[in-house]
Amino acid sequence: MRRVVITGMGAVTPIGNNVAEFKEALFAGKNGIDTVTHFDVSDSKWTLAGEVKNFDAAAIFGKPAAKNTDMFTLFAMAAADEAMEQSGLQGKIESDRIGVCFGSGIGGIETLCTEHRNLLEKGSRKVSPRFVPKMIYNIAAGNLAIRYNANGPCTAVSTACATGATAIGEGYRTILHGYADAMICGGSEAAINALCMAGFGNCQALSTATDKDNACMPFDKRRNGFIMAEGAGVMILEDYDHAVARGANIIAEVCGYGSTCDAHHVTAPDPEAKYTAKAFLDAYADCGVPAEKIYVNAHGTSTPLNDATETAALKRAFGEDAKKLHISSTKSMTGHMLGATGAVEAIAAVLALTEGIVPPTINYKEPDPELDLDYTPNTAVKADLELALSSNLGFGGHNAVVAFKKV
Amino acid sequence: MVQEKIIAMLAEATDTDAAEITADTKFADLGIDSLDMTEMAMDLEDEFGITLEMSPELSTVGKLTEAVEKLVEA
Repeated sequence: MRRVVITGMGAVTPIGNNVAEFKEALFAGKNGIDTVTHFDVSDSKWTLAGEVKNFDAAAIFGKPAAKNTDMFTLFAMAAADEAMEQSGLQGKIESDRIGVCFGSGIGGIETLCTEHRNLLEKGSRKVSPRFVPKMIYNIAAGNLAIRYNANGPCTAVSTACATGATAIGEGYRTILHGYADAMICGGSEAAINALCMAGFGNCQALSTATDKDNACMPFDKRRNGFIMAEGAGVMILEDYDHAVARGANIIAEVCGYGSTCDAHHVTAPDPEAKYTAKAFLDAYADCGVPAEKIYVNAHGTSTPLNDATETAALKRAFGEDAKKLHISSTKSMTGHMLGATGAVEAIAAVLALTEGIVPPTINYKEPDPELDLDYTPNTAVKADLELALSSNLGFGGHNAVVAFKKV
Repeated sequence: MVQEKIIAMLAEATDTDAAEITADTKFADLGIDSLDMTEMAMDLEDEFGITLEMSPELSTVGKLTEAVEKLVEA
């Protein structure tokens, strides 16, 4: 049986534009949420978001690329550059043995809005020829393949808020079953946009909080919706033997993946959490580690339903042992990066595992008597971890859990 | 005037020094693709109030300049 390891990671997030910055902020409990600057929110009920700061795409990629590429792809390219650099893989693999499995929950919605405005105001002749190849959600995957000359399988996945985890899980299986020796995996999102915020807001998913320190409150009794965020996360997955043969630095091993669907409702999770629990069990089954040595980076969106359902799923999957798990929602710091969130949180889970530090759930002040697990409130905790699980649940009922252990 | 505008647009689109672009410069040599060309045509339409159909024959700065000038005079 082949084994799959991580040899590179890259991140662009509201609390740091590379993995080193992200890690420091993660363990310090830094809040990356603040008032939206990407558009005028004076007319909006939803005014807070986790925006990426100081990201100058023109300085990084040059003016033409910055103009011709949607921000969700630019975030993806920046995170992937960091991950590929760390892996040292470029030029050390046959081009058709490296592939891409990368997604986005929404795709280039800012581009869509701009070009729709052009259509209405100026007519069909003035819709940019770049509209489609900037907007379509697979184009981040396509751009990454071009960037690193990856001729192997190139797939874009979109499972809403589970996208990043699904991409890592499917990329893991692609290597496990021999279709590639390395995969560039992850997700990106740049959807802090008036239309998108109104859409999520009106379906009752977003918090209307205006105080940034009491807005994203996962597992807290006061939780009242998620906070939109943006960014990208990339993991370079590689066949273990391939990584060893080229003397690569191995960060951790991917040891399991669970993928199920509630098949219940388009937005609401199944309150019985049967299939979220199964995703946890499927990911965990091959790893066999006692609960007190497991860290769960929960989806923990700060919506009333998600956090209750996820708690129910953990109890269903782990029984009484659920109380021994180290759990946190790092969304309390980053906000919800939608299609990127699973990839960034998988990186957070791996950092917890390798550093032996459980990142906190910040803004946790009022316990909910129904939610009685250890959510690592407010301060990071040292722990001897052997396994890290990262779970993400998406509109459409998607459940994806990825599992990591030390090598 | 038309040629200067085209050269300025090309310099912007490709991050090239405008001084390096002349009437004889082929678009292909600047590394621009059909999407860039269509986008530039749209900008020229706005700039000069014309309707311009791009074609493969318009392969150099000089040829495109001539085509735009004819449309402006018409």
